[in-house]
Amino acid sequence: MTMTPERTDSAMLHSELRVECDPDAIIRDGHRLDHAEGTSKPLRPAPEPQPRGAKVRGNRPIDQQEAAARFIAATEHEKMHDERLWDLRQKRDREMHGIPEWEELRSLASAIKEHTLTHLDEYLDQFEANARSNGIHVHWARDAAEHNKIVHGILRDHRATSLIKSKSMLTEECGFRHYMASVGIEVIETDLGERIQQLDNEDPSHVVVPAVHKLRTDVAEVFSHTIGTDPGNTDVHYLAEAQREATRPLILNADAGMTGANFVVAETGTFVVCTNEGNADLSANVPKLHIASIGIEKIVPRLEHLAVFVRLLSRSALGSPMTQYTSHFRGPRTGGEMHVVLVDNGRSERLGLEEFWTSLKCIRCGACMNTCPVYRRSGGLSYGATYSGPIGLIIDPTFNARKYSNLPFASSLNGSCTNVCPVKINIHEQIYAWRRVLVKQHEVPLAKKAAMKAAGVLLSRPAAYRAAIASADTALAHLPRFVIYNGLNAWGKHREVPHSPEQTFHSWYHANRGAKR
Amino acid sequence: MSSRDDILASIRANLPRADRPLPHVPLFDDDPPASLMSAFKDSLHRMGGMFLDPPASGDILAPVRAKIADAKIVCSTVPEIAGNRDVVTVGMPRDLADVDFAIVRASFAVAETGSVLLSDADLHVNGVAYLAQHLIVLLDPADIVVNLHHAYRRPEFRDRHYASFHTGPSATADIEGVLIHGAQGVRSLSVLPIARAVGNPTH
Amino acid sequence: MRIGLFVPCYIDAFFPKVGVATLELLERFGHEVDYPRDQTCCGQPMANSGFNAECADTEALFVRNFSGFDYVVSPSGSCVHHVRDNFDAIEQTDDVKEVRSRTFELVEFLHDILKVDAFPWAKFPHRVGLHNSCGTLRRLKHARPSELHEPFFSKPVDLLSKVDGIEFVRPARPDECCGFGGTFSVFEEVVSTKMGYDKVRDHAQAGAEYIVSADSSCLMHQRGCAERIGVPMKFIHIAEILNGASA
Repeated sequence: MTMTPERTDSAMLHSELRVECDPDAIIRDGHRLDHAEGTSKPLRPAPEPQPRGAKVRGNRPIDQQEAAARFIAATEHEKMHDERLWDLRQKRDREMHGIPEWEELRSLASAIKEHTLTHLDEYLDQFEANARSNGIHVHWARDAAEHNKIVHGILRDHRATSLIKSKSMLTEECGFRHYMASVGIEVIETDLGERIQQLDNEDPSHVVVPAVHKLRTDVAEVFSHTIGTDPGNTDVHYLAEAQREATRPLILNADAGMTGANFVVAETGTFVVCTNEGNADLSANVPKLHIASIGIEKIVPRLEHLAVFVRLLSRSALGSPMTQYTSHFRGPRTGGEMHVVLVDNGRSERLGLEEFWTSLKCIRCGACMNTCPVYRRSGGLSYGATYSGPIGLIIDPTFNARKYSNLPFASSLNGSCTNVCPVKINIHEQIYAWRRVLVKQHEVPLAKKAAMKAAGVLLSRPAAYRAAIASADTALAHLPRFVIYNGLNAWGKHREVPHSPEQTFHSWYHANRGAKR
Repeated sequence: MSSRDDILASIRANLPRADRPLPHVPLFDDDPPASLMSAFKDSLHRMGGMFLDPPASGDILAPVRAKIADAKIVCSTVPEIAGNRDVVTVGMPRDLADVDFAIVRASFAVAETGSVLLSDADLHVNGVAYLAQHLIVLLDPADIVVNLHHAYRRPEFRDRHYASFHTGPSATADIEGVLIHGAQGVRSLSVLPIARAVGNPTH
Repeated sequence: MRIGLFVPCYIDAFFPKVGVATLELLERFGHEVDYPRDQTCCGQPMANSGFNAECADTEALFVRNFSGFDYVVSPSGSCVHHVRDNFDAIEQTDDVKEVRSRTFELVEFLHDILKVDAFPWAKFPHRVGLHNSCGTLRRLKHARPSELHEPFFSKPVDLLSKVDGIEFVRPARPDECCGFGGTFSVFEEVVSTKMGYDKVRDHAQAGAEYIVSADSSCLMHQRGCAERIGVPMKFIHIAEILNGASA
């Protein structure tokens, strides 16, 4: 019989806890002391690895549930994400209570947007005319590919090879960074959250706080590999300052700058960009060339309408009365050049969907994500789409019904999103409506369809139904089955099954009140 | 057909046949605060800005001078105080990258939010308000409006090519919700209440 | 008035006591309550998942069972919401519209129609966490949801406050969804159960001995979650408390 050699002092069950250097050690005569409960070797818990987003496989339907399960399993990440976004929701509520006219502002915002959308062609026309007369070059892009081509063309005309940009969900939608990389133009995100995500080769997870799913340990790891920070230093001020200093020279030397726009004013030819960092203003005002990518639905008729939206935006998004920077661009600066690219990319078609056109009112505040109990526990990357959370559930199927066919089912239909939406989109009702549409278009699993058909038959036949639930035990076996297609396991995987009572209500009634009839 | 024509045609073909009139937007100023300056100051503080209380007597600009005393490069766009970097002669915005303090005058301010409005006329070179490490803003107390509804009636939004509300310094909380000042733009924003000099018209 | 009692499928099978309490409670106020024997379900499980056509026969059966009553009362907010606000898989005849408009959930019936101002037989000296299901809260408007800037009101609190000895606790997230969500609870069960764990922990931390709700489906889900993670909590339907159930 042979025995394995005696375990040496260096053998560990959890070797990932071992650290090489130990700044906490007490050294005496050149030796590290380990009396009085000191460990014989330095140990430090490893940070929880960041859970990654949904697995995207071509056009196959995104499995949001699978990605959500991994997020929930990363307990430190899930707790932080849930608590932080819930806090933003509570801050929003506090702001709301300070504004007596809050609900009136929401109604106004909704009405202004609905009016504008029902006259969209007129207002776009008006904006273009005014913008042009102010000296802005206005371009129109039918889709993402055309947007990318137009921007590339403008940059090429100016021999620009580096571009700084502020946050724009529209550019995410257009796959803009990937395209620019393919044609050799360097794109630098200047929003801290977007920059973190860019350096980590990951999409933003939230429309307002792109890296909200990351812990400081994740950011420290990304920065240590990309901008050379100390991997052991997770102090947030240190990390933010390092990013500021690393990005500043890129801003100063960039050939061109790009922003999105939160709002567009038809009457004056203005577009408005809101940020907290001032990075849109740097991107727009340092290089000579400023390009703004703008979705056609961002338009409002007049300046007076801006007041309503600006008062609602930051309060809804972050529970702050105003973004630190709210900038109004109406024309190029002296010696500069300003281009606006108006992008359709499916918006005009969505206008024609009777149940869903009001989703175009969206001002991308993210309040629906902050309040959504599913989003907070799943993380934005679990949706595998540019737009996540409640608003994502209702607009993603218009981009790709097959790929996003599961998303409208990733909702408990609780309706909180609808109540926080500053422009009163009936989000939860549209989620419900999408389920009907997807069923009609056969974008649901066959097993589910079969189970639902069977349920519909059983529940419409009293005698058959009664037989199925005659005893509580048969009820337990039968009832849940018609709502699930993979057996009782789905209910019982993470919770206890309901207790079986002695008799059904129906039996009780027959026994105790049957004589009356 | 051009892309423009295609898009407009697609919109027209899909316009919802719903009657949605444009609503009237009230000014929401029935219950204004007793003192616009007080309200502005409170809002400014909430948003991370600093308010420089002028001395009761003597040099009203003393708090500004104290702030910039140890600064290397000061760029002033206002006649009230001199700096050592002349914004008018700046060739490119990036030439202002080494500015420690920029001193500007706001066109007006908003009590509701603690915001000051800086236009291209106030800044001369727009980039100065973002490249400087710190921003000092002179504000005439007579130029404070009660809320954003009133703010958008101001001429700056019709006359200027660039007009930006600054509400406190550059900030972010993108990492774990920890508040950072000076994310990309100025690390601090301070406001000194001082009337416009007589004979110095608004732009 | 003639009241038709609708006892939904899951209450029939798993929570018959809730059906009994509802029946007895309505009878205490002197009303004639019938229980149509051929009733089954309102169609919600299918409709909830987008299978609207598959509900048609079930919805038609519901209307056949409940035509002719002055009121149809049910101890289930989600079912009543479906009947009043969705229920469109069948042709909307006058009969269908009548039944739909006369269908009420128990709390709103007691509060708005009967305007009950006392429950002298009811005593429940316990600390309770009130759970307003999303259906009753945001669709049937049982109470003001925390998202809206409106004056506070709560029909369940109005009724329960009339019960001797009852004490309400204040959870950190009073109206966050508990994760049942109908078919969501099985199709998206990982997130659903995490929401359930968080809900019961919140109430436990606030000091609740009981979670009370007008929706047994939520209670069923929360109890399953509490038992799985070992949070000691008891669950009771509002009908049972109002009908005089003791602990």
